[in-house]
Amino acid sequence: MKAVFHNKKITGMLGILPQNEIFFEDEVNNYTFPPKQTIRLKKVMGYEKHRVVKSTTASSDFCLYGLNYMLQKGLIKREEIGAVVVVTTTPDHFIPPVSNIIQGKCGLGKETICIDISQGCVAFLIGLMQSFILLDHIGEKKVILFTTDTLSKKVSMKDRNSYPLIGDAAGITVIENDDTAKDIYFILYNDGTRGDALIIPAGGSRLACSTETAVMQDLENDGNLRSLNNLKMSGSEIFTFVQTEVPPLIEETIEYSRQSKDDIDWFLFHQPNKFMLKKLAEKLGVPYEKVPMNIVENFGNPSGASIPINIVHNLAKSVIDNTFNCCLSAFGAGLAWGAMTMELGRMKFCEMLISDC
Amino acid sequence: MDKIYEILSGLHPELNFHDSEDFIKDGMLDSLDIVSLVSALEENYSILIDALDILPENFCSVEAIGKVVRKNGGEI
Repeated sequence: MKAVFHNKKITGMLGILPQNEIFFEDEVNNYTFPPKQTIRLKKVMGYEKHRVVKSTTASSDFCLYGLNYMLQKGLIKREEIGAVVVVTTTPDHFIPPVSNIIQGKCGLGKETICIDISQGCVAFLIGLMQSFILLDHIGEKKVILFTTDTLSKKVSMKDRNSYPLIGDAAGITVIENDDTAKDIYFILYNDGTRGDALIIPAGGSRLACSTETAVMQDLENDGNLRSLNNLKMSGSEIFTFVQTEVPPLIEETIEYSRQSKDDIDWFLFHQPNKFMLKKLAEKLGVPYEKVPMNIVENFGNPSGASIPINIVHNLAKSVIDNTFNCCLSAFGAGLAWGAMTMELGRMKFCEMLISDC
Repeated sequence: MDKIYEILSGLHPELNFHDSEDFIKDGMLDSLDIVSLVSALEENYSILIDALDILPENFCSVEAIGKVVRKNGGEI
């Protein structure tokens, strides 16, 4: 789909990280591979350290930590919130939705719209799209978009393909109507026929979790141990998908917005790993410096929260006083891939918080 | 081609790449090995390998790897 959104603006953003920081070098013995061989991935993939939640932490805990901070600091008032949109692949429960939990625990009005969306890597773009649509119907009120994942609970600690890069986090984004905002251009594609490339086979209605699905095995004969309850990522397939589909999508989106790549100050992408992002930048012919690729090495890949964490980590100091012409892009589970051009800046707040989650 | 064998042995000193006709089918290189190999080839040959060339079949033998290096401007 292609869409142009008018008069919508991001006015504030928080990144929420867990306290627990784990260093890659401390984990190399978890895997079945020789440590020296595993350590080699540190530089090329950007594996340095990542943050994971406590076993007792649920996705809503991040959101509540951040929203309570915003309320306490006066960054937003309860009565200003018209809708809570949560995008996650790791809800606290199947029922009730995370958005309703947030509404209840933060004491938001009963008229608040609560929506949960199940999406992974493209969560932020889908969440923005939903928020922009809602803003046309809730008057002067604001939408709070939560993109949150605690995927470390779904990834095998003995899976070298996935565990070193996984990171838990949440992004909280305040979106509101603004007559002076520049148009936002958005293109999104989906291909469900390739959905098995990123999948958690058990735990849903297709295959319930059981003692059988919890058995750890080398299912792909690649030396990585995981169970059917764990995330499985086909690394080669995902890499080829991203390098084939994303560069033309970005070209198409920039052209749709009647701009050129030179007009873009920042290419703010989902953060799968450093190698993939370097190759994307090369394919697009844009300098590495315009494509931040330092999130995995600092926090791990925060899945649906990756773009907010990217923005907060790299632009927090400058996005309050300046405006930047940005191209956002996310790609992954679904398979889905999307890009959006928008102006970011003059935010009221943009901060990273370390939570007790 | 000796340099490519040297790079491969650097990645997996425990394996004999001369004995294999297909490194992928024989399970000698997985997707993360290919990433490490691409990085090492880029460094050794001062090239940038096109992302669309990074397919398992292009790294299944020393001949295939040599072809990728040459295609991306490397001299062998």
